Amino acid sequence: MSIGHTLLGLLESGPRHGYDLKRAFDEKFGHDRPLHYGQVYSTMSRLLKNGLVEVDGIEAGGGPERKRYAITDAGITDVARWLATPEKPEPYLQSTLYTKVVLALLTHRDAADILDTQRSEHLRSMRILTDRKRRGDLADQLICDHALFHLEADLRWLELTAARLDKLREVVTA
Amino acid sequence: MTAPAGSLLAAENLRKAYGPTMALDGAEFSIHPGEVVAVMGPSGSGKSTLLHCLAGIVTPDSGSIVYDGQELATMSDARRSALRRSEFGFVFQFGQLVPELTCVENVALPLRLNGTPRKQAERTALAWMERLEVDDLRKKRPGEVSGGQGQRVAVARSLVTSPRVVFADEPTGALDSLNGERVMELLTEAARSANAAVVLVTHEARVAAYSDREIVVRDGKSRDMERVI
Repeated sequence: MSIGHTLLGLLESGPRHGYDLKRAFDEKFGHDRPLHYGQVYSTMSRLLKNGLVEVDGIEAGGGPERKRYAITDAGITDVARWLATPEKPEPYLQSTLYTKVVLALLTHRDAADILDTQRSEHLRSMRILTDRKRRGDLADQLICDHALFHLEADLRWLELTAARLDKLREVVTA
Repeated sequence: MTAPAGSLLAAENLRKAYGPTMALDGAEFSIHPGEVVAVMGPSGSGKSTLLHCLAGIVTPDSGSIVYDGQELATMSDARRSALRRSEFGFVFQFGQLVPELTCVENVALPLRLNGTPRKQAERTALAWMERLEVDDLRKKRPGEVSGGQGQRVAVARSLVTSPRVVFADEPTGALDSLNGERVMELLTEAARSANAAVVLVTHEARVAAYSDREIVVRDGKSRDMERVI
């Protein structure tokens, strides 16, 4: 999963401090793997350097200065591009896809579009494997079958998620 | 409407309601000769209604369907029936074979309905049964063959008139995966070699993987994934 894109997506709903970003990330995506502060700040400095976020304000407190970050137009375009680009079909893709779907719902984009595009990418791989299987010997067939069943499992998850988008929207935007 | 260049069958802005339920709400579709297009989407999304409209079985409330340069809506009932008998082939999930007839008689049936003499019709039917690897079942009745064998007989019947479009609605839905795959292999190989187009309604990705491209139907609207990417 791309932490940079996820943090950018979270910034689309409004400027936030690094600490708020970490909290929002952990709450929505970090169930079993919360972000380290170091990861947040190194990612934000990279995004800042690349012009995808800007510093919206600095609060001086008792401790270190707290920067508030805002997403730039280039950042919004970058998130949109990432969401629209299908992932390479590979095992254990769900966490990235889940993140994309949730971010699309949070930023009022069409989450069904993301799932349709991903299904198409999976089917592209499945067509190649099916064709290889048709031309190949039994060993080819068994190897391709293994890959096909994994891709099919992804797609089942995808269909189930598509059917539950309305419910998920309610949960994530609550 | 102007059908996309080179398309054999194309539909634009199809709408069809069953009472208060909108089954199709602006759906579009096009297919070229020799192409296999999967129509995917969740249950109740309008996939089968789209297939039935394209095949002239159901008349849409509005929109346009063009087959081989001619609007389906402007054809007479007799012409549409003739299309369904000789230029379109059909494979469904269940109950397609006439139980009283033998398998070869079932396969020959569309030719017989078109007036082909019995011997000639059965000779052609047998050639298709050989191709679908079920010629040894010629004298058996549908009740005496397995689901997978029966489905191959149904596929042979759908191809026996050398149709230009085969409509397949969940053709492997009742089969185990090995039989389902063999049916898909045989159906797509036979159709491609005859340059027939196949409209394949399925919710199974492994079946859709035999297609050249897919369209997704959701809430009565269709999305051509090839044009999107």
